[in-house]
Amino acid sequence: MSAAPFRAEVTGGRLRLTFTGPLRAEQAAALWRAAHRARRGASALVLDAAEVTALDSAGAALLVSLAEEGAEWIEPRAETPRAALARFRQGLGASRAAPPRKSFRPISAVGGAVLGALAQWREKLAFLGETTLAGLALLARPWALRWTEVQRHLDEAGTRAVPLCVLLGTLVGVILAFQSSIPMRKFGAEIFIPQLVGISLTRELGPLLGAVILAGRTGSAYAAELGTMRVNEEVNALRVMGLDPVAWLVLPRVVAAMLVMPVIALVMSLTGLIGMAIVMTMLGFPPPAVIAQLAQWMELGDVAGGLGKAAAFGLAVGYIGCHAGLSAGNGPRAVGDAATAAVVGGIIALVVLDGIFAVLFFRLGW
Amino acid sequence: MGADGGSEAVIAAEGVAMGFGPRLLFRDVSFTVRRGEVFVILGGSGCGKSTLLKLLIGLYPPSAGRITVLGAEWGALAGPARRAHLRRIGVMWQSGALLGSLTLAENVMLPIEAHTGLPEEARRLIALSKLGLVGLGDAADRLPAQISGGMMKRAGIARAMALDPEILFLDEPSAGLDPITSAGLDALILSLARQTGTTFVVVTHELASILAIGDRCIMLDTQAQGVIAEGEPRALRDTATHPVVRAFFRRELPAGGGAAVG
Repeated sequence: MSAAPFRAEVTGGRLRLTFTGPLRAEQAAALWRAAHRARRGASALVLDAAEVTALDSAGAALLVSLAEEGAEWIEPRAETPRAALARFRQGLGASRAAPPRKSFRPISAVGGAVLGALAQWREKLAFLGETTLAGLALLARPWALRWTEVQRHLDEAGTRAVPLCVLLGTLVGVILAFQSSIPMRKFGAEIFIPQLVGISLTRELGPLLGAVILAGRTGSAYAAELGTMRVNEEVNALRVMGLDPVAWLVLPRVVAAMLVMPVIALVMSLTGLIGMAIVMTMLGFPPPAVIAQLAQWMELGDVAGGLGKAAAFGLAVGYIGCHAGLSAGNGPRAVGDAATAAVVGGIIALVVLDGIFAVLFFRLGW
Repeated sequence: MGADGGSEAVIAAEGVAMGFGPRLLFRDVSFTVRRGEVFVILGGSGCGKSTLLKLLIGLYPPSAGRITVLGAEWGALAGPARRAHLRRIGVMWQSGALLGSLTLAENVMLPIEAHTGLPEEARRLIALSKLGLVGLGDAADRLPAQISGGMMKRAGIARAMALDPEILFLDEPSAGLDPITSAGLDALILSLARQTGTTFVVVTHELASILAIGDRCIMLDTQAQGVIAEGEPRALRDTATHPVVRAFFRRELPAGGGAAVG
């Protein structure tokens, strides 16, 4: 760093700050504090930049900031720094309008928040209505759905999720069997582990865990994809071309999620049962015994109820993902927010739905 | 043309070729850019203008050939030397490429913070001045999502200028701007080039802009996979013999009819 080309002296009651030589970013950074300290307290200032030979924006910023409360300027004598200073001032002159201060108005703040929340609910309701209407229209004319699109989403949400589901399903089966074997052994009731694990997997854990996977993998992908499309005005383009974005974008995804979810749940349950059978073999119960236990205690209703639930979960996850995407704001951050909203909203909806199903199935005695 | 002391070459490209996979974009591209001039890279859509710009700023290495910027090849620079070299150039991206979570002023302050030890007050003052120069003085505290595409572009220029770079690379600065703003931008580019000796490398296909600001230009072409014209824009407009160049400058379909250019 070069020596500080800066002098402060008081002559005739006025502070005179003299800068000489080049005044670029390095010098400005090094001098900034010292210069401002020297300036403090002085009422009248003469800012002498006559001998400044080179000036960049940082140097100009230093001079201008020193002169903020009024100063007598001695402009640089050389042409280039004088022009640089002039340009800096010109830019700043256009910027100097201070941003309007936000005043604190509690009543309108509360009112605004309430109105905003109401508008959001209204928008949610409108989207639900649009989707329901489009879905009903689809029931009447199922061939109108873009089935190739559905296939693509089935592949992305289903086929590609199978390895993950197999892994998780097997592990969950193994874990459940091991954990339940500890208390069951105390009562010599290890032979009942298959029905315990089988029923909890098919009725509850298979659909639920499968749906959590769907929310994490697919719900967030829907939100990000549709959110990006919205940011890029693709959704508006569809609307202007006379195509309904809900029928065009939302329905194929929701239908795919709904169709794929029972399959995922089934894969989770089956692989879970296999994991459980492995543990049982290790505990000394051969597979035929496990199969006999399952056959004796489990009904088709258990599996069917679980798969029905899974379809409902898929519908919810797909719907929430699409809604999060289509209601995304502007900018890259909004897409991230939409993906988060899809996953969080999806999982919350799953738990709530599962609770409703639990009460329903209990009352109906299923 | 124009700029004084215009003999020193700040960018030299020799035999540069670039392609992605089997697809060759251009080959054997050679040119020099002299200090203080406004150098325009022009050509139709998809001819590799923006890719050439990315080679010049060292984002990718060329498939073949050498590019020297301010006396050094990007490939030979690493660590602090590369950083110091990066400080000497500024880039405006086609869409502005502003960080969405920062206000315009904060976006402009970013490179200043990265490269200098200036205090916050100084950085903000510089940012306000740069934003004022591109006509965004009253939008300094807005977020990129709250402004229009043209404003984002201008804020991108302000950010590129933040450190008073020696070379400013502008990717399609006037595309999507209204004629008045676009003319204002051209005037700004010209005044910076003439007053500060800043060198400009501008990728564009806006004819009015090319003729207004360009000291020299090269024209790339998809079919020729390389440079089809080099020289002063006005001279090219008046005297070019290559059919595509003539068509480009006269805004007509090339002789023989089919392919649209520009």
